[in-house]
Amino acid sequence: MSLKDKLVSSYLAFEDYIDADSHIHEIRNKAIKTFENSGFPTKKEEAWKYTSLNSIIKEDYCIFPKKENTVEFKEVKKYFLHEIDTYKIVFIDGVYNSFLSETTHDKVDVCLMSSALSKPKYKAVVENYFNKIAKDDSLTSLNTAFAKEGAYIFIPKHREVEKPIEIINFATGNEAALLLQPRNLIVVEENAHVQIIERHQSLTGNAVFTNSVTEIFAEKNSSVDFYKVQNDNNGASLIDNTFISQKDGSNVSVHTFSFGGKLIRNNLNFYQKGEHVNSTLKGITIIEDKQHVDHNTLVNHIEPNCESHQDYKGIFAGNSTGVFNGRIIVEKEAQKTDAFQQNNNILIDDKATINSKPQLEIFADDVKCSHGCTIGQLDEEAMFYLQTRGIRKKEAQALLMYAFASNVLESVKIPELKARITKLIAKKIGVNLGFNL
Amino acid sequence: MLQIKNLHAGVEETDILKGINLEVKAGEVHAIMGPNGSGKSTLASVIAGKEEFDVTQGNIYFESEDIAELAPEERAHKGIFLSFQYPVEIPGVSVTNFIKTAINENRKAKGLEDMPANEMLKMIREKAEMFEMDRKFLSRSLNEGFSGGEKKRNEIFQLAMLDPKLAILDETDSGLDIDALRVVANGVNKLKSNKNAIVVITHYQRLLDHIVPDFVHVLMDGKIVKTGTKELAYELEERGYDWIKEEAKAV
Ligand SMILES: Nc1ncnc2c1ncn2[C@@H]1O[C@H](COP(=O)(O)OP(=O)(O)O)[C@@H](O)[C@H]1O
Ligand SMILES: [Mg+2]
Repeated sequence: MSLKDKLVSSYLAFEDYIDADSHIHEIRNKAIKTFENSGFPTKKEEAWKYTSLNSIIKEDYCIFPKKENTVEFKEVKKYFLHEIDTYKIVFIDGVYNSFLSETTHDKVDVCLMSSALSKPKYKAVVENYFNKIAKDDSLTSLNTAFAKEGAYIFIPKHREVEKPIEIINFATGNEAALLLQPRNLIVVEENAHVQIIERHQSLTGNAVFTNSVTEIFAEKNSSVDFYKVQNDNNGASLIDNTFISQKDGSNVSVHTFSFGGKLIRNNLNFYQKGEHVNSTLKGITIIEDKQHVDHNTLVNHIEPNCESHQDYKGIFAGNSTGVFNGRIIVEKEAQKTDAFQQNNNILIDDKATINSKPQLEIFADDVKCSHGCTIGQLDEEAMFYLQTRGIRKKEAQALLMYAFASNVLESVKIPELKARITKLIAKKIGVNLGFNL
Repeated sequence: MLQIKNLHAGVEETDILKGINLEVKAGEVHAIMGPNGSGKSTLASVIAGKEEFDVTQGNIYFESEDIAELAPEERAHKGIFLSFQYPVEIPGVSVTNFIKTAINENRKAKGLEDMPANEMLKMIREKAEMFEMDRKFLSRSLNEGFSGGEKKRNEIFQLAMLDPKLAILDETDSGLDIDALRVVANGVNKLKSNKNAIVVITHYQRLLDHIVPDFVHVLMDGKIVKTGTKELAYELEERGYDWIKEEAKAV
């Protein structure tokens, strides 16, 4: 049985015991039909031209793990930002783990999607926001149909969450192949502020396929800083579907650090639904072997006087492949838009490839739009300069790669995270950068 | 210390260096002068090991060892330092982090442990003071947005930190005002000993007033056409290079 057929038939059993009679149930039914009609995307679709899911969907995934799995904190401590105090929402094989988590209901809600979907006190918020910005493409629909668990974060007006929130999805590898579909809903009300770090981490080399959907609603003058750390094992693949709605004067930044995994596809969608909105999309990709990372961004400028900044850096070694597809739509009403997009890439080995494609669709006449894309090697003169100072070739390469990627790190607002990412980069490049940050 | 014998080097079809002979002994200061495009920077780069240039004939010996096959970093580990005419900008790496990396890489090559952090800091402060560089400067990205003079000062700061046996200064004086020139020259003179040697590439006499050369060589069209003492530098300043060209033709 194909994965698609398996999912469609599993849905019949799944829907029997989940939220019958609620409006969500109707959303699910509609979503599974959409998925059933379109199936998994193929390379025939323009948006999936360079990314094939064939090798991933051929596995026989477990869709509902039977037993609850646990892990020891000391085994997974390194995946937490343990140097500082954080809220934590932790899932193990898709199931909430209270032992590793630290949630709260004190003035803000940092808790579970399963509660939000089932408890009356969250009903109004869920009705207002759930699935309101997510698209109805096949993978998002697949997630919507099975949406059951994930992070639910609600920050009421004028609240600033005093510490970052970590959302971590562990996969134990107890199943030979596991499909995970986390569903996150994040609502940040007027003038509120939150910082979130999200991570998917499999603990073995077994196959894990994560199809995650995150909806973020940034209301008036709110600010959201979202950091995605993608440094998974080579058996793990991730399709991250993130949808962000921004109202007047809001600031949202998403940093995506893609250092590992078999295949990663980031569908990052910003919808600017107010004036004076600022959207920041940044990414560093450093991959090797046969790894594949595809950034598919959309910034939809709907209202006037808004800005967007995209800056993605990629370093590709071995046989790795990268894709950057950055779409900017400036609608007719969106005058005085300032949209910036930059994608710079370095190919370390002859066999590494990158396909970079900006897509600008501009319907307003008074806008500032700039984009640029470069694909190159490390600068030879700079290499020589470093080597004449006694720095070995490999270390010099690392230093230049670090230099190349570093301006993306400047906007990371959590120093401990910044230090952590820097270390990950150093490790990824396989050298000791020789300095403390 | 450095012996260059009949060195020919170039890129692809073009010869740039056409038979250079030069011997530099420990304790000596040599100046290389010559018109633009005569091959001075190429000579410096070839000594430092730039792979872009093919050595087609001749040999370079450093402390009696043929260094033809050595990578630039291996030459650096042996004690060769090149102060660049055009230092490269490296954003995201501070002057301090860069020099720390360089120092520890050199130590590693000698089988030494990393230099303890406090010792490193002390040394950095000391040398920065010697060249009148302020603290802020050290935390800036390497050469990024530096003025011409700041870049050159930073080169000499690195020279002082790495303390090489052979220092090649490629037009270190260009971009420096009189005061900066004095600071840099004084620093270089303090580093001078009978165990190391300096090769100064310059267009102008004024640097040689401060760093006094034992020998002055004139490089023209890839060859050393005349060698003399510091008086030759004065003569060049006064009369230009044309008379040497005539002289060379006559020979
Ligand atoms: N990478 C290169 N490729 C081609 N020609 C070069 C290269 N580097 C230097 N040259 C040429 O070699 C000659 C000598 O240059 P250079 O050594 O920089 O001279 P100088 O430092 O004496 O001004 C010049 O004609 C220059 O154009
Ligand atoms: Mg030159």
